[in-house]
Amino acid sequence: MTKETIKQVVLDIISDIAPDEDLSVVKPEVRLRDQLSLDSMDFLDIVMELRKKHGIEVPEADYVQLASLDSCADYLLPKFLAKASK
Amino acid sequence: MSSKPRIVITGLGLTAPNGNSLQEFRANLLAGKARIAEIEVRHMGKHPAGVCDFDATKWQKRKEIRNGTRVGSISIFCAREALGSSGLDWDKVDKSRVGVYLGITEHGNVETENEIFNIAQFGNDTKYWTHHHNPRTVANNPAGEVTMNMGITGPHYTIGAACAAGNAGLIQAAQMLQLGEVDLAFAGGVSESIHTFGIFAGFKNQGALGAHEDPNKASRPFDKNRNGIVISEGGAIYILERLDDALARGAPIIAEIAGWCINSDATDAVLPNPERQAECVQMALKRAGMKPQDIQIVSTHATATALGDIQECTALRSVFAGCPETKVNNTKSFIGHCMGAAGALELAGNIPSFDDNWVHPTINIDELDPECDMPGLVINHPIKVERVNAILNNSFGMLGINSALIVKKYGVA
Repeated sequence: MTKETIKQVVLDIISDIAPDEDLSVVKPEVRLRDQLSLDSMDFLDIVMELRKKHGIEVPEADYVQLASLDSCADYLLPKFLAKASK
Repeated sequence: MSSKPRIVITGLGLTAPNGNSLQEFRANLLAGKARIAEIEVRHMGKHPAGVCDFDATKWQKRKEIRNGTRVGSISIFCAREALGSSGLDWDKVDKSRVGVYLGITEHGNVETENEIFNIAQFGNDTKYWTHHHNPRTVANNPAGEVTMNMGITGPHYTIGAACAAGNAGLIQAAQMLQLGEVDLAFAGGVSESIHTFGIFAGFKNQGALGAHEDPNKASRPFDKNRNGIVISEGGAIYILERLDDALARGAPIIAEIAGWCINSDATDAVLPNPERQAECVQMALKRAGMKPQDIQIVSTHATATALGDIQECTALRSVFAGCPETKVNNTKSFIGHCMGAAGALELAGNIPSFDDNWVHPTINIDELDPECDMPGLVINHPIKVERVNAILNNSFGMLGINSALIVKKYGVA
């Protein structure tokens, strides 16, 4: 599991919840909300899909960590690694 | 109602199991073409059902479709198609003076069942319950989705009226226009009920779920061997305006709302009461300033249940005795029971009669039930009549709600 893998995981989720968006131009360092049409319900969808598909929990206090692809990767990588080691 | 503003229909959009436009729907009704599918119902196996195949992406982004409901998509499709038929320049319409009034039989069963199924995959842990549940299941959902899609800022809500809902939506809109609450109304009825197993199971355990080896013959009102309801989805949304407003903008006037009545049986939750149904029809006639012989077509509600069909026939015989020119038909024999959409769709399929003078039949009658025999019943084949100036649209529902709506050809005294 790498940060690039995590970014693809998040992009795959976004492609399901925001199917009208062109994800080929997403810049990893830019806030997702600044480049995609995503609202608070969409971010809750990202949290839910991480929970359902990958067993990853994101506490409400940490939602801010999902702002960009880069921050997602930084925040989620330890969680994925911890889960993989169990 | 003479002192109140006259209300006219100036647009119409629909999706039915056998048509996604009035033209297609009407052509299939006159050609005797039913379209009932066999679908897999959760927990229950295969059952006949009326399924619509409109293209939701015509008027919605894929994200809207994902986050919304099936009935929201049906409503948006119908409302947008109605707008397209109305000649309105939407950019110039004051959206704060537009109302959306949609009849529903039920709402929320589909989404609730889906979530119960969903969390069952996760040990019934409610942390997997979607945050979309509440906006999807609030009772105003279908109408609210229309306002969001179309930028309408006037009032919106649904009218819960069991299977009388299609008429009830139109009646509500007419009343709001007469009160001056809005200048333009999107109104009718919608349903997504084929996606909830609970409706199927409820009717089955009530002994009222239709079945036949040929799905297209499963819905057969008035036939001696009828065995129940075929559940369908669908929608029909009309644009209503005050006559003066419609004339001022040169609108295409499809028909005029002439009169209506909604009353209650106050007797039984499921068994209709023919006396109250007859009173409902008579009151609608009185309010329209008409006599029974002024009605050329009676669009029946009959759902193909053993007793319900007989009760409606009893009511109609009492009102229309001595009216040999009045024809009687039924649309559920083609498309099943579209629940909240039924009344609105069944009226829509008959409205072209004002122009073409054809009366579509009720089909699937192999052996007419003698208790459903009515002089004007149009059986299996359409008939041409001299004129159609007025249509009575019956729509009844559980808990004893009855509705009768009369529309007339515009320009006829």
